[in-house]
Amino acid sequence: MAEVGKKIRVECTVNGEAAAFEAYPMERLLDALRRELRLTGTKEGCGEGECGACAVEMDGALVNSCLVPAAQAQGATLRTIEGVACADELHAIQKAFLLHGGSQCGICTPGMILASVNLLDRNPSPSEEEIREGLAGNLCRCTGYTKIFASVVAAHRKRDGGG
Amino acid sequence: MDTRVIGKPVPRKEGREKVTGRARYVDDIALPGMLHGATVRSQLARGRIVGIRYGAGIPWEEFTIVTARDIPGKNCVTLLIEDQPCLADGVIDHPEEPVVLLAHSDAYLVEEARRAVEIVCEPLPAVFTIEDSLTRKEVIWGEDNIFKSFLVEKGDVESAWAQAELIVEGEYETGAQEQLYIEPNGMIAEASPEKGVTVWGSLQCPYYVHKALVPVFGLPKHRVRVVQTETGGGFGGKEEYPSMIAAHAALLAWKSGRPVKIIYDRAEDMVATTKRHPSKTRHRTGVTRDGRLVAMDIDFTIDGGAYETLSPVVLSRGTIHAAGPYSCPNVRIRSRAVATNAPPHGAFRGFGAPQSVFALERQMDRVAEQLGMTPDEFRRRNFIHEGETLAVHQVVREKVDMKRLMDRAFELSGYHEKRERFAKENARSAIKRGMGFASFLHGAGFTGSGEEYLASEVSAEATPDGVVRIHAASTEMGQGTNTIFSQIAAEALGLPCEQIEIVQPDTANVPNSGPTVASRTSMIVGKLVESAALEIEKKLKDSGFLDGKRDPRAFAAACRRYISEIGPLGAFIRYDHPRDLHWDDERYRGDAYGAYAWAVYVAEVSVDTRTAETRVEDFVAVQEVGRVINPVLAAGQIEGGVAQGVGFALFENIVWREGRMVNAQMTNYVMPTSMDVPPIRVFFEEIPYGRGPGGAKGIGELPLDGSAPAVINAVANATGLDIRRIPMTPETLLEMLESARG
Amino acid sequence: MRSPVPAYELETPRDLAAALERMARTPGVWKPFAGGTDLMVLLEAGKLPHRRFLNIAKLAELKGITVAGDFVLLGALTTYTEIRRHETIAAEFPLLARAAAETGSIATQNRGTIGGNIANASPAADSPPALLVYDAEIETISARGKRRIPYARFHSGYKKMDLGADEMISRIYLPRRRNGWQEYYRKVGTRRAQAISKVCLAGAVKIESGRIADVRIALGSVAPAVVRAQATEKVLLGRQPSVEVAREAQAMLAREIAPIDDMRSTERYRLRVAQNLLGEFLESLWLNRG
Repeated sequence: MAEVGKKIRVECTVNGEAAAFEAYPMERLLDALRRELRLTGTKEGCGEGECGACAVEMDGALVNSCLVPAAQAQGATLRTIEGVACADELHAIQKAFLLHGGSQCGICTPGMILASVNLLDRNPSPSEEEIREGLAGNLCRCTGYTKIFASVVAAHRKRDGGG
Repeated sequence: MDTRVIGKPVPRKEGREKVTGRARYVDDIALPGMLHGATVRSQLARGRIVGIRYGAGIPWEEFTIVTARDIPGKNCVTLLIEDQPCLADGVIDHPEEPVVLLAHSDAYLVEEARRAVEIVCEPLPAVFTIEDSLTRKEVIWGEDNIFKSFLVEKGDVESAWAQAELIVEGEYETGAQEQLYIEPNGMIAEASPEKGVTVWGSLQCPYYVHKALVPVFGLPKHRVRVVQTETGGGFGGKEEYPSMIAAHAALLAWKSGRPVKIIYDRAEDMVATTKRHPSKTRHRTGVTRDGRLVAMDIDFTIDGGAYETLSPVVLSRGTIHAAGPYSCPNVRIRSRAVATNAPPHGAFRGFGAPQSVFALERQMDRVAEQLGMTPDEFRRRNFIHEGETLAVHQVVREKVDMKRLMDRAFELSGYHEKRERFAKENARSAIKRGMGFASFLHGAGFTGSGEEYLASEVSAEATPDGVVRIHAASTEMGQGTNTIFSQIAAEALGLPCEQIEIVQPDTANVPNSGPTVASRTSMIVGKLVESAALEIEKKLKDSGFLDGKRDPRAFAAACRRYISEIGPLGAFIRYDHPRDLHWDDERYRGDAYGAYAWAVYVAEVSVDTRTAETRVEDFVAVQEVGRVINPVLAAGQIEGGVAQGVGFALFENIVWREGRMVNAQMTNYVMPTSMDVPPIRVFFEEIPYGRGPGGAKGIGELPLDGSAPAVINAVANATGLDIRRIPMTPETLLEMLESARG
Repeated sequence: MRSPVPAYELETPRDLAAALERMARTPGVWKPFAGGTDLMVLLEAGKLPHRRFLNIAKLAELKGITVAGDFVLLGALTTYTEIRRHETIAAEFPLLARAAAETGSIATQNRGTIGGNIANASPAADSPPALLVYDAEIETISARGKRRIPYARFHSGYKKMDLGADEMISRIYLPRRRNGWQEYYRKVGTRRAQAISKVCLAGAVKIESGRIADVRIALGSVAPAVVRAQATEKVLLGRQPSVEVAREAQAMLAREIAPIDDMRSTERYRLRVAQNLLGEFLESLWLNRG
């Protein structure tokens, strides 16, 4: 029988606001976000760091939250899908996904959007090959990726052109 | 056809929720007092249960424990027949068969407890291959291991061999394929004798689950309620299986008196739930020297796993599609679905057709080769035309021009020019390139009298604000049901799509419009939606509150008047089977489907002979689909289907050991990433189908039929190898390349 | 989640000295936990029997890439992303940059560390063949002090390494002396991205007067640990690259690797492809000549 271990208090910043939660040190950040902070936008697809449905940004870097233990989120700055839109104004990526069919069943969408946002932040004008590579850690079973690429291309063109 | 909303890329109705992470899938929902449930499964493939041991160190008194004995009604998951138990009772028939259910408020403790339960079994001899099942090495199901068999006969194949100037034989195999929806199976249940049973979960067919739950609890139908939550992919994998997990969650809820949530992790989902039926097909084809089909003798077998589930229907579709879009005077198709001791195989997009079409399209290429003819010329000489009959004696009553589709696909892909160029360049390169295609059809809707039997129903109601609510059991799982239905209703009524609401599929609130399968949602159910909308309009016009002009505000005003002066404004439509469609279930012939979509897909591949890795470099998909209701959604369906077909052909390999999938991790069961898919270029043609809404036919499964054979035909062209099985992994291909070198 | 999460401990030592002191006091009881990309997968699968870990992810002493005179030093906590972005590594150790780019996905690369990768010792890891080709040295540290071992002698078998129960990997030394070598790296995975390696070959050759003056060949996924194909190197040393020389080398390679059948691939495939990759590398040498 497992000894009931001690939970720790983790203080971090989530989507621009101070947040705190109690979790077991080896509890997955994914579970802490979903259960303690009730941010259910981040999804579990595989529990092995293969599908990217759980992707969030941690200190500016894209990470699979199913592979981050809660203890390592101490003091981190996190962005989840809930923090991508600005109040009611959707991010260019989200608008592009809506316009170009980047989302079908939607379960990969939060992670895919985080990965796309992260990609464009690092590389504002990616080539098609760079888009493919940037999203290779996010599996989608519905779209065949075609319209996801189209959405990312549209979003960066809009940002470049539209200003 | 001039339409306002149909044919337009209307944005996805629930899109905003999905891109903001607000869409609520079953695991996003928690009910107060909810327990977490887990399933203890057998390790053996076949055996007698002699005991269940509950290990030390777990506070078992805190747990809700359910076995077969706790089932209030019938211990079965009803589908076509009642052979599959909810929980194994006394015997095990496949690995990972559910035996014990556990629930507790602590999810971590539940998992520990799950591992502490031992199912003690005495092994029985088991059967794992189609061969062993057919030869009855052991009879594991019924009298002879055969769930179902069919015989389709057209003309007289036996006599026709005499007219054949060339006869070509071949055997082909397809492996199992995991649907791999990114959201695993999950259910939440509340259940008690007083309140009845309610389940919420990830599913495609609310009324299938409803039908399965009723006998498990012995409750009247109205006391069982099934609600679909936002579903993260299905592809058929959530057609049958949700009935099982719903029954499990409900049994735990019933016994504990608390809500229970069961969510499978990826490993459990892969190892325990349904997969595409593996298949073996034998072709014997007789042709004249100038390439005309004289006789097609096809033997088609699928492996159904341990219980019947839907194998007869998968077999049916595979059988009917086995001879393709070709005109042949003499055809015989003998088919059967057999039992093995693996978890039951089930629905996966295409539903038997991807298996038989793979065999057919490889066979056609091989026959062409032996005739000394190009594969496309051979097809051209045999494509079916309007007025001719398919293998099941269905007279083709739609305009079909496969040659045109082929010409277009070849032009768009550069097929001829590339094929010629590659033939020259390959000799000097370690990277061999090739072009391949598949020509095929896919019937939409349930086979034969199936739609008549389903007798689907849709209802609609209007609010005083002029909002029209559509009540249907068809589920959204990414393919666009919500949006398509909105467009259809909006078109019919002259309203904007925003004025149409699609009610969440909930058996308490929606009539049974049948399952969300078989490429029927747009074509069959969509037509009912259209009829329901038109009925509302008719009531308004007949009442005098609405004149001929189409105006959203006038509509709303008319609704308000009607409701206040006359009463509730709604419509209820039941499917009416076309009188001119006849199907003979005994002789298995007649009008199999109301309409077919027709397609030619072209793949360009490169094969690195040093590593035997195949890359699909380009893919062109041309199909005639009646009417494209939403170009973005329709193209999305084809693109996603092609990607799954590429996986089926090249990547997705299940490693079986004694009936169990041992590579049940996403690391080891490989689906294509963004770097593995080619540019997928989709083109539609439209010859409106009179009975489809706006002229639409069904397209959901079509891309699975032709994408794998197009890819493999291209690899055969690139390498000169005679590939007969998929998945064609680099390991298999390397062996073939070495043997050829010699 | 198939492990009893509450039963695991992950404590964050205040600095490296505190971590080493803890490990010295009870050797083998506390193990280092860096980026977690291997350990968390094991945890989720119910395959992590060890329960007490020290969170070393923020220890400054183990971070950073230093360009010194004769060496480039990678702190054990250097992530694959940091490796990919470093100009000197891209210029002088391109095979390592390639390996980092082939590892997992961007999300994995942001968290996975070179030290963790070495200590996890998967025979299918992507960086070790490159490290062997570059004659990397591993520095380990404990409360007793530091040690430096050539990476070529670090692994002694499947998941067996020269690392004491009180030690952790602190730095990787990459000697800077590779001007004018021709290099090769190819990983054959289960798919084009985010793939476990089925075969991986890294190679480097120094050509002088048309002959192979020095050579390194290393492979992953073909033996219980990463392999330096020394017998194959001997076949190549001093020779002029040619079809015959390549065939000899390929024949020798078959004798010094021991690939297996597993759920991802077969012994025959791994063997043949390893030979083909070697052939592809060597062929590039005589094709590039002149």
